[in-house]
Amino acid sequence: MTKHEPLIHIVKRDGMAWWRAWAIRLISAVMALLVCALFIYGLTKLNPIKVYGAMWEGAFGSPRRAWITARDTAILLCIGVGLAPAFMMRFWNVGAEGQVLMGGCATAAVLIYGGSALPTWALLCASALASLVAGALWGFVPALFKARWNTNETLFTLMMNYIAIQITCFLVATWENPKGSNSVGIINQKTQAGWFPAVFGQQYLMNVILVLALTVAMFLYLKYTKQGYEISVVGESENTARYAGISVKRVIIRTMALSGAICGLSGFVAVAGSSHTISTSTAGGRGFTAIIVAWMAKFNTFVMVLIALLLVFLEKGAVQIASQFHLNDYASDVVTGIILFFLLGSEFFIQYSLRFRSHTHAKEAEA
Amino acid sequence: MTQLISLLTSAVVFGTVILYGAVGEIITEKSGNLNLGVPGIMFLGGIAGLAAAFFYELHAAEPVGAIGLALSFLAAIAASALGGLIYAFLTITLRANQNVTGLTLTIFGAGLANLFGGSLNALAGGVGQISVAVTSRAYRAYIPALAGMGRVGQLLFSFGFMAYLAIAIALLASWFLNRSRVGLNLRAVGEDPATADAAGISVTRYKYLATCAGAAVSGLGGLYYVMDYIKGTWSTDGTIEALGWLAVALVIFATWRPARAIWSAYLFGVLYWAYNYIAGLSRATIELFKMLPYVVTILVLVAVSMRRSKEAQPPKSLGLSYFREER
Repeated sequence: MTKHEPLIHIVKRDGMAWWRAWAIRLISAVMALLVCALFIYGLTKLNPIKVYGAMWEGAFGSPRRAWITARDTAILLCIGVGLAPAFMMRFWNVGAEGQVLMGGCATAAVLIYGGSALPTWALLCASALASLVAGALWGFVPALFKARWNTNETLFTLMMNYIAIQITCFLVATWENPKGSNSVGIINQKTQAGWFPAVFGQQYLMNVILVLALTVAMFLYLKYTKQGYEISVVGESENTARYAGISVKRVIIRTMALSGAICGLSGFVAVAGSSHTISTSTAGGRGFTAIIVAWMAKFNTFVMVLIALLLVFLEKGAVQIASQFHLNDYASDVVTGIILFFLLGSEFFIQYSLRFRSHTHAKEAEA
Repeated sequence: MTQLISLLTSAVVFGTVILYGAVGEIITEKSGNLNLGVPGIMFLGGIAGLAAAFFYELHAAEPVGAIGLALSFLAAIAASALGGLIYAFLTITLRANQNVTGLTLTIFGAGLANLFGGSLNALAGGVGQISVAVTSRAYRAYIPALAGMGRVGQLLFSFGFMAYLAIAIALLASWFLNRSRVGLNLRAVGEDPATADAAGISVTRYKYLATCAGAAVSGLGGLYYVMDYIKGTWSTDGTIEALGWLAVALVIFATWRPARAIWSAYLFGVLYWAYNYIAGLSRATIELFKMLPYVVTILVLVAVSMRRSKEAQPPKSLGLSYFREER
């Protein structure tokens, strides 16, 4: 028996104290930063500590930079919050990118066509509603097919992204201003109609408040409501859900519509509250990054705040390094990628423990 | 007629890029691994090939196209297989979630490639855009006598060797998955790893090899794009990423069959370029036209799931990690 025993035996842990789990994550993040430091050193021959200092400078160096970091974190977080219910249901909504864009397009449409007719508060309400509906529609379609015919949702939602991207390109070409620029320009630049108003003199404070409110609401929804409970039951086992009398189809469709709607609302925040224009970079890959945020936070929306902040910090920091040391901005994606690889890998050590051969021998001897 | 020939020619060039990506992904997915890192892997293959050719042409006194070609080809395969290895290690050994790992690989690969693609020349002390003219010419070489034989010659023989290699690899993959013992074992792993494991097939080894080999093939798509499609330069416009997702779409459209992927890839090329040959389209309408490949992919995906035909389904364990203890 002992002859064929493998050197390492992998055992699933029963559970781990939260502080140990976070210690493991922290260690892996530190290791990732070391690897990144080596990478940066190899590329630039610069002192990595100075480089990290420059990153801090880039993300939080001035009040304005800090607010931009907060603004971008809010949008990424909002998408992550939108994805949480879908992921908790084990429904792979990879279509956030498209849902955000559809929400953004709906918002831009309201601002452009209603800009001179309606007061700002009405514009904001109308565009928020429009973005919710547009996003919900983009989530509803794949959910309907999943519920009815079990169509693979990962692939379906992925394809929906590109349809949304082309629709966005179409609308940009339709609305372009001035003609021939291939961009919509700043919408309602003179009147600022339909823009988020400044709160306490801060231009982006409303974005942050809105998204934090959503974060709390989603946490409560998933944890304490009947619908949230249904979502987690469907996610654990569809058969159990059916046995308990939950209509799985209804839960799938309802949850995905909700997930899409909140992703659509992120498009509203991005357009009306931040860029005041629409293009494919309104989403700009954040729909994909948010998937990682939502997954790594294990559907806990408060943990998402941390992860979203970390990722945006890396992005802003790397952009700063890039301009300071004459690299290009893509350095941030490399650093992000390395850190995510490490964090993804670290989950293994939280869920499983390794027993080496001699260790098990000792156990057997005891027994 | 000339227009049709030119449409078909550009469709073949376009199709070849995504054919590599798709055939590699089919091999990977047949082992049950849904690798959403295809765009990232294509980026890695493209930049590794470009960098190898760049440094060779920089240091050789008189660069020879064939050597540059060989070096860049090997570099592309090695880099993309390495990308596959990262994915394999995380998802198979460390059991990380496949979708998230794949997306991360795409972010990482795109970042790394664009970082170096944009600054290789500056790092080497040069100015302006990177260019590997000699090697690229070798990639695009064709036999003039054959290509000169009228329209047929142009349609069949005017491409660089990688366009033909793609067809050969797709046919080989088709034979491998349907006729060879190892290929059938691989499919068993993708359908039901527990059963395959019980039958004595090493699930871990099959998954690792299929993922790395598949990544190597996918990476060639990036190489072909860089060397042939954009003629040995680099552009950070993200086209490779769009093409990578199109390759994922093609896997679905071809219903996981490499041989079917061949003509499907060219069809995608025709659909993608069709707007160029329809008179009187506005720029806005063109954007809607570019949606076509994705729309038909969704239609195929839906049709396949409605018909429930056994042959056209995704591998059953696609996207799931396998733990022996939990079966």
